[in-house]
Amino acid sequence: MAEKDAPDFASWSCPLPLVGYPAIVMGHGGGGKLGNELVEHLFLPAFRNPALENLGDAAVLDLPAGRLAMSTDSFVVQPLFFPGGSIGELAVNGTVNDLAVSGADPKFLSASFILEEGFPLAQLAAIVESMATAAATAGVKIVTGDTKVVERGHGDGCYINTAGVGTLRPGITVGPHLAKAGDVILVSGMIGDHGMAIMSVREGLEFESQIRSDCAALNGLIADVLDAAGADVHAMRDPTRGGLASTLNEIALASNVGIEIDEPSLPVRTEVQSACELLGLDPVYVANEGKVVFFVASNAAARVLEVLLAHPLGRDAARIGRVTAQHPRMLVARTAMGANRVIPQQIGEQLPRIC
Amino acid sequence: MKYLTEFRNGEVAQRIAREIHLVATRPWKIMEVCGGQTHSIIRNGIDQMLPAGIEMIHGPGCPVCVTPLELIDKALAIAAQPGVIFCSFGDMLRVPGTDRDLFQVKGAGGDVRVVYSPLDAVELAAKNPERQVVFFGVGFETTAPANAMSVHVAKRRGLNNFSLLVSHVLVPPAIEAIMASPGNKVQGFLLAGHVCSVMGYWEYPPIAEKYKIPLVVTGFEPLDLLDGIRRCVIQLEAGKYEVENAYARIVTREGNLAAQKLLAEVFDVTDRAWRGIGVIPKSGWRLSDAYREFDAEERFHITGIHTEESPLCRSGDVLRGAIKPAKCSAFGKECTPRHPLGATMVSSEGACAAYFNYGRFISADDLATAGAGLTENLAEVAHG
Repeated sequence: MAEKDAPDFASWSCPLPLVGYPAIVMGHGGGGKLGNELVEHLFLPAFRNPALENLGDAAVLDLPAGRLAMSTDSFVVQPLFFPGGSIGELAVNGTVNDLAVSGADPKFLSASFILEEGFPLAQLAAIVESMATAAATAGVKIVTGDTKVVERGHGDGCYINTAGVGTLRPGITVGPHLAKAGDVILVSGMIGDHGMAIMSVREGLEFESQIRSDCAALNGLIADVLDAAGADVHAMRDPTRGGLASTLNEIALASNVGIEIDEPSLPVRTEVQSACELLGLDPVYVANEGKVVFFVASNAAARVLEVLLAHPLGRDAARIGRVTAQHPRMLVARTAMGANRVIPQQIGEQLPRIC
Repeated sequence: MKYLTEFRNGEVAQRIAREIHLVATRPWKIMEVCGGQTHSIIRNGIDQMLPAGIEMIHGPGCPVCVTPLELIDKALAIAAQPGVIFCSFGDMLRVPGTDRDLFQVKGAGGDVRVVYSPLDAVELAAKNPERQVVFFGVGFETTAPANAMSVHVAKRRGLNNFSLLVSHVLVPPAIEAIMASPGNKVQGFLLAGHVCSVMGYWEYPPIAEKYKIPLVVTGFEPLDLLDGIRRCVIQLEAGKYEVENAYARIVTREGNLAAQKLLAEVFDVTDRAWRGIGVIPKSGWRLSDAYREFDAEERFHITGIHTEESPLCRSGDVLRGAIKPAKCSAFGKECTPRHPLGATMVSSEGACAAYFNYGRFISADDLATAGAGLTENLAEVAHG
């Protein structure tokens, strides 16, 4: 993992040398020779698979009969490389996770790059390599893509859009509107890691121990849960922007139920808790990129927790609350003091407090 | 890490709460002065652990809330000027002025930045000599030393491209204004621990004596707050009115003398307007003559901005504890956290915003009147 945190741009060498450009120029997006070179020397070697190799206008895919899920997401994170990941891994895992929480097995992704003139090729290569590794880990193929270049000052180095398709697992019906009173809520691990990792790098905050992003593909973990208790899983969602609180509020609204969580049971790393205290933030609102929340029938909760704990990405999984018919559309936390508080939807992003 | 666990021990909290139940024989209205205390009370649900008769009134100690609309408008006018880097603590960015907030100024091309210390803004000034760097210096005695230090350092380093938009406010005059106001219901105060860590608590015995009220220096962790409330209730029940220090691990009677010396050098006491309350005499600080050159209001010639607060807003009454938020005719209708009219709806810990967001605090009657707005707002937020 160490080399992933600080890509060694200086000693990077292209598998097949590109013609003398150390950085992106407008021509790389022009559809001519330079663009082709990027494809042949960078994207194709990294993502290689039969559907991509045709280099047609569209990838032609073989998919089994049945229902498909499709999702898309754009990635604009700064910095592009951060402790625990990069924009490339986020772009792959984000779309993979959106498909997986919908009950689908992610299969194919597209990848579109919007690059700023002057963006170092070595950084692009590091991003592409991290995407290739993430795709291989998640078991998905990147089968089509596009590159556009914008003038210097009109972009932020590199933006990526990914779209993905997956096949829905038969017999699985999940959705944010399907949580039921009595359901048990589980989270797959520590909350708030990604948001605090990004914030500490972005704001130049130095904490004693580095907080790393939890960026990870969750389709393997979710598949294990669905294999063990598929019919009893009612809703799943990855609590990304807005954190756990936003996800739970969204599900409470969509399902017209109340949600109660037990605050002391929320898994939060000491470093994340401390950083949040310092900045006046609440970890329940901080983003995650490798966590999933499950709403499961109460009789399946123990089984699901066992499956989660047995998976490398679920080692810190915990049972955090339940769904109730009381206070519909409202998220209520039982605090460590034994009192209740309502956790509302945030209006915008969470801001550091004055005092 | 001890503070994150020891002072949040649920069992000890229950024990102190039981003691409060034992000593309280009558209803009492206690005001916690500081916004940080309000935040912690709500965050931890401490108000629910108290006997029904003990009512916590959320005081005016949230700097975001009490900064007057006029000053926000001035900040917006400065931030929109070309060549300015406007620096602020994060939560001021969302505070609405008359027709927009700092986020919108940023969106329209203004260079608005969140910093974590006013000294970061001084560094920005040193690094950008061709730009004017302004720091939005609001807050109580707590944030004042760092703001004072920023102009002190800027002066020493000869950074004439740094300035401070100052609206400092002071706790003791606010307490006096609340106690002296007609219809006041507050019977005791939890003093703001961090304000007292700077200023000490030597200023308060005359107030305790004059208004015959107990004042307890209180911290911010759940156990600190419960202990502060416990001590205040014990005094009230015994008919005592003393200044007591329940935050001795941080606060001394004299306070931080080095900070006080710096504050005396950099600031002069002045009359200040408080959002929703109005002007309180001698309730704030402005830059002293020796530092006047660093005053952003003068540097940017924005003295012509005069803004009236909304006539509907009753946040002054709420701050005095005279009415509950839901009794205001604008609550949940013209005034919501998204479109706040007054101080107490602006910050998430303002009393009105807390009532709005944490719907369970609202009685059935109040809900009936405020319910439509509440539901609408939730739906609006959910659908972005």
